[in-house]
Amino acid sequence: MDWGTLHTFIGGVNKHSTSIGKVWITVIFIFRVMILVVAAQEVWGDEQDDFVCNTLQPGCKNVCYDHFFPVSHIRLWALQLIFVSTPALLVAMHVAYYRHETARKFRRGEKRNEFKDLEDIKKQKVRIEGSLWWTYTSSIFFRIIFEAAFMYVFYFLYNGYHLPWVLKCGIDPCPNLVDCFISRPTEKTVFTVFMISASVICMLLNVAELCYLLLKVCFRRSKRGQTQRNHPNHALKESKQNEMNELISDSGQNATTGFPS
Amino acid sequence: MDGSRTGCRAGMITLRQEETALSLQTGILPSFEPVMSWMFLRDLLSGVNKYSTGIGRIWLAVVFIFRLLVYMVAAEHVWKDEQKEFECNIRQPGCENVCFDYYFPVSQVRLWALQLIMVSTPSLLVVLHVAYCEGREKRHRKKLYVSPGTMDGGLWYTYLISLIVKTGFEIGFLVLFYKLYDGFSVPYLVKCDLKPCPNTVDCFISKPTEKTIFILFLVSTSCLCVILNFMELSFLVLKCLIKCCLQKYPKSLKVLSV
Repeated sequence: MDWGTLHTFIGGVNKHSTSIGKVWITVIFIFRVMILVVAAQEVWGDEQDDFVCNTLQPGCKNVCYDHFFPVSHIRLWALQLIFVSTPALLVAMHVAYYRHETARKFRRGEKRNEFKDLEDIKKQKVRIEGSLWWTYTSSIFFRIIFEAAFMYVFYFLYNGYHLPWVLKCGIDPCPNLVDCFISRPTEKTVFTVFMISASVICMLLNVAELCYLLLKVCFRRSKRGQTQRNHPNHALKESKQNEMNELISDSGQNATTGFPS
Repeated sequence: MDGSRTGCRAGMITLRQEETALSLQTGILPSFEPVMSWMFLRDLLSGVNKYSTGIGRIWLAVVFIFRLLVYMVAAEHVWKDEQKEFECNIRQPGCENVCFDYYFPVSQVRLWALQLIMVSTPSLLVVLHVAYCEGREKRHRKKLYVSPGTMDGGLWYTYLISLIVKTGFEIGFLVLFYKLYDGFSVPYLVKCDLKPCPNTVDCFISKPTEKTIFILFLVSTSCLCVILNFMELSFLVLKCLIKCCLQKYPKSLKVLSV
């Protein structure tokens, strides 16, 4: 199980996503997962080995490292990517359930005019409407929540997104306030800023997709409302025309029979 | 059967001779790619998906994503240098080794891996049962079952047993974790006075907070999987009871009408 398998899972959702959703999946896998695996893991690879404190007291380095880095950046990013990608599985499960129900109805002989065979049902692109619209919208909502939560946790844990080159540590068993030096602080700051910017872009894409879906629904509803409003006018015109036709035919009949109108 | 076994053994011996010959010629030992890895488990479990209920599929998704994936991309690396970074406040040779071995008889990350394997394997009983049914149909060359993959009769019992065994393993490993490490948190300091340490020394564990976070994550996903298993168990039992009641009810109606 690795990032490639997650890509296969999420890639299956790609077919049923909006265009903004497809862009989001691309940004996630190229600018976040790939950067994490190919570059960031190398930068943070020796983080504890090269974390050096200005003391020979055994245990001081361990305790100071644990105090300043309760969870490593790399692990937080990995967890963030997993949590942010998982709501898309709700959509995949919903589509799978919809296809299963359609196939069951097809086998009973109910939807024979809509589909040729079971393969047709599997290939059909499911439209984002009805209950799937709600599932899709909730998945985008959860994605935004998870992104924001992880960005806040990052900010809270590390007092911002910048890594200093020296930290002062006076926790037991360190005998006094010692200087501890982080390895490659500038490179780590650059990658942190890059990953945070990619998170912000993903969040903006999610917000845009949410607005797009809401606008689409509002537009569809207003169009439906307009056609309903047009139909009553058309019906009124028709009924008036019918009345006139009846009057004309009545007056014509009366003329032939000689009765007064 | 015996002939094929000796034939198979002869084949293996021939292969080994060829490999030895190759290594002698080139002076390079053949390197074998690991056949067994987490991908193997993933491929095995993917086959279970077809015969699972809806809750079973959710369970599989939780195991794949929140346990297997998190283990491979994050948790394994946290425990990577655990013995190298385990430091005791003493220069006595052997003291660190003895203390590490006492406090970590089995590494948490290895227990996690064992738990994942043991919890995933009962699902294979279902795959084996379906394969057995299909094998029987092929041998007798006629349709013996309505559909080998439907959840009724023998397959229902197999599925139920696999659920019970899975839940047993989950709870068993959680209890073992708790008993071995005195809870689910990792302390930053442990006191050790085993031989050859001359007195009670302070030993410092590396990354205790990060390890605690991942252990709590492991425990919560295990509990979630136990809950899903109980839900699936209740769903299957209730479905069976309802079916039995419906089958009995029309009979009692007929009796009443007579």
